[in-house]
Amino acid sequence: MIVYLESTEEEKRISFSGTVKMLLAELRINPHTVLVARYGQLLVDDDTVSDTDRIEILSVISGG
Amino acid sequence: MRCSRCGAKAVFSPPPSCARHLIAAVEREAARTIRERRLLRKGDRVAVAASGGKDSTACLAILHRLGHDVTAIAIDEGIKGYRGRTLEDLRRFTSENGIPLEVHSFEEEFGATLDSMLARTKENPCTACGILRRYLLNKHARRFDAIATGHNLDDEAQSVLMNLLRNQIGPLTRLGPATGTVADPKFARRIKPLYFIPERTVAAYAFLSRFGVRFSECPYASTAYRADVRDLLNRLEQRQPGTTRTVIDRFLELLPALRERYAPDGEVASCKVCGEPARGSRCSACALVERVVRIE
Repeated sequence: MIVYLESTEEEKRISFSGTVKMLLAELRINPHTVLVARYGQLLVDDDTVSDTDRIEILSVISGG
Repeated sequence: MRCSRCGAKAVFSPPPSCARHLIAAVEREAARTIRERRLLRKGDRVAVAASGGKDSTACLAILHRLGHDVTAIAIDEGIKGYRGRTLEDLRRFTSENGIPLEVHSFEEEFGATLDSMLARTKENPCTACGILRRYLLNKHARRFDAIATGHNLDDEAQSVLMNLLRNQIGPLTRLGPATGTVADPKFARRIKPLYFIPERTVAAYAFLSRFGVRFSECPYASTAYRADVRDLLNRLEQRQPGTTRTVIDRFLELLPALRERYAPDGEVASCKVCGEPARGSRCSACALVERVVRIE
């Protein structure tokens, strides 16, 4: 799986299959702070993602 | 997970919503806030403090869709690799939607970009930027009936906690869905139509509306005290959902009493340098510019 973190424009390759909730736990990301998308479509906690997906993690945090 | 309103596949939660119902719910909530908090009257001309980011673009889009007379006013602070890109998004969005746009810059108004000011001072980036941005927005948006900002529920809860933790009760009285504890023609009235909408919900609204804005963070944001408070509040929200809303609900209950006890008196002087409103002989912006721009 390719995980793209938009806030840092960083792309990383990991081996993972499971739900979005499990993926965020694996990446140690607070689900309250991000949106998760696959090919331009938003995903919710119980959607499943697989090893062949490219997942985008969008930080919802702005301001200064 | 299914949309709680129509049973289609949910793309957001909580509450479980499809794109159509999430967008409708956000616009309905903003309209309710405007109506119940009396933020705008019919026919008011509204300046929207726009940056090209998701929150202010959502605010701009919602007010436009609700039929208000809006003009976007953007401030280019001069933050390399960041603001140029968000202003590009804003120019495209306003052009596509037929919304007037004004851009004012630190460089043209103060003689230096934020980046160059910060290179020669130890001022806190967010404090310095905030003073100068508020100054320019007030100066250029005063001719409108109100300035709308994209502040959301999370932003406001962070501000409440920051002021409490720093023992700054006076500034607390200036928070709320509509600010303006001091009625003075030199100050534009500020309103926050997204006040009760969580940050993550606003982000989903911007994404699902295909505004084409970036979800990037200001490079100076992580240096701010706000970032620490935000992280703390987000951890608490994860452990106990609803915490952020509770902070705001209890704050709004206390606000009338806080304003009565701690709001500054109505005396507003004029800055001897620029003529803009000031608490003393010089406004905060002129004092700051004197310190960080004209130091040679």
